[in-house]
Amino acid sequence: MPFRVSTALHRRPGLVLALLLAPPLAWMGVVYLGSLLALVAQSFFHLDDFSGVVVRRLTLATYRDLFTPAHGDIVRRTAVMAAAVTLADAVLAFPLAYYLARYAGPRMRAALTLAVLMPLWSSYLVRVYFWKLILAKEGVVSWAFARMGLTPVLDGVLSLPVIGGPSLSVSSLGTFIAFVYVWLPYMVLPVAAALERVPRSCLEASADLGARPAQTFRNVTLPLALPGLAAGAIFTFSLTLGDFVVPGALGNSSLFIGQAVLAYQGTAGNVPLAAAFTVVPMALMAVFLVVARRLGAFEAL
Amino acid sequence: MIGRAPLALRLAVAGVVLFLHAPFVIILLYCFTTEDASFRFPPPALTLDWFPVAWAREDVWAALGLSLRVAAAATGMALVLGTLAAAAVHRSRFFGREAISLLFILAIALPGIVTGIALRSALSLMEVPFGFWTIVVGHATFCVVVVYNNVLARYRRTSRSLVEASMDLGASGVETFRYVVLPSLASALLAGGMLAFALSFDEIIVTTFTAGQQQTLPVWIFAQLTRPRQRPVTNVVAVFVVLATAVPILLAHRLTRDDSAS
Repeated sequence: MPFRVSTALHRRPGLVLALLLAPPLAWMGVVYLGSLLALVAQSFFHLDDFSGVVVRRLTLATYRDLFTPAHGDIVRRTAVMAAAVTLADAVLAFPLAYYLARYAGPRMRAALTLAVLMPLWSSYLVRVYFWKLILAKEGVVSWAFARMGLTPVLDGVLSLPVIGGPSLSVSSLGTFIAFVYVWLPYMVLPVAAALERVPRSCLEASADLGARPAQTFRNVTLPLALPGLAAGAIFTFSLTLGDFVVPGALGNSSLFIGQAVLAYQGTAGNVPLAAAFTVVPMALMAVFLVVARRLGAFEAL
Repeated sequence: MIGRAPLALRLAVAGVVLFLHAPFVIILLYCFTTEDASFRFPPPALTLDWFPVAWAREDVWAALGLSLRVAAAATGMALVLGTLAAAAVHRSRFFGREAISLLFILAIALPGIVTGIALRSALSLMEVPFGFWTIVVGHATFCVVVVYNNVLARYRRTSRSLVEASMDLGASGVETFRYVVLPSLASALLAGGMLAFALSFDEIIVTTFTAGQQQTLPVWIFAQLTRPRQRPVTNVVAVFVVLATAVPILLAHRLTRDDSAS
């Protein structure tokens, strides 16, 4: 009997496929995609200001609300932060990834890979908490600056508009540092993977043809590392766009998209506006993914 | 390999590695501080008192218990669904195959907050009460992806002919699965499962939206982040969490080293 079943199944690959695919597709397709579509649909409803009840009729009123200056600021602030964090992570990740791919011997490579993987998988909340503690007004950074006699420098930075604040842990600069820290491993790994795939022969050919090391780096290595950078940027950008933990723990009172979503769907009960807010990162990510795909990022994920 | 790295590069690497790991050493020191109202550095004096205090806290144990149960349930679901999907995508070319891989990329590429609020509004539209299983449902969406990726990477390395050979030698489908397919997948399943477990154990964004009144351990830590109470207890819990997640990560890394090498 088991033989007959397996033979029958072997002759009908389509049936096997359907049996294999049905549960995960039902899950991802219905639960996940279904919820996403329902969410997008809700952004076209709107909240009646007087009754406080969500009116289930298609309208663009909520989107009009989204483009008011106050809400526009939230979107802009979050997008700028996401871009800045992505850029900083790329700059920090590149040397490490380059060293991993070009110079590290087998044991060094294993150790460094683990040094990147451990923070990647270890608790993200705890790693945000690290910075709350380090950047506190009475914390280790202030102490170090004071010991080196550099307190005026720190105060000078904190008195700058936009990035400054009363202390590092309640400034945009603090939010930025924590974001850069928590997402850095997501950038290192894809960049290292891309750099490892750069054929040595290309580098040698470039050198043989008379390029100086800097020229080889700029014209050969960097373009070939681009898919890796794009793949890493998908993570750093997306993760920053939707986060409410870091700005909640370390920022000043100016909101980010994640916090706005949380606030509007929670106490305010304005689910349509919260939904419209989440459509922003979805749209930004869609554009980002299309560009990243052009750059070949999906093969480097 | 080809000579030594320039000094500047080595310094940059050392700096970045230090940046990644120094904070842990600092928080370790803070577990022993006698100062409980601020994050004063250097600590005024050192004490071991906070470990028994943290141990006696009921709310920490309750949160830890809920987190472990949620992670176990979400990992179980992810193992089944992720393996099925990986098997389907690996064994055949079919219409919509690309769409399925894209769907899986989407689940990790979209910000967690999108998943969170989407599930929350869908659940409240259907009037499902928030509780244990709604948290599990939220976690399973991204845990599936981790298992899928790990198992797919392993399938790509195992030869199809092994299965055919087993069938030719007279094994039934069940036997082939039990004695040929499963052993070759075992360590990938274990690694994917552990990573999924670690992800779920640590998740906060989606959880915030689907947890209702319940507190998982990350929700507990987040509450301490915004409204601190007995800071050294939080420090002790934080160090415990990092150490506890390090074990499955190290194991998973060992188990899948060959997959990423190929």
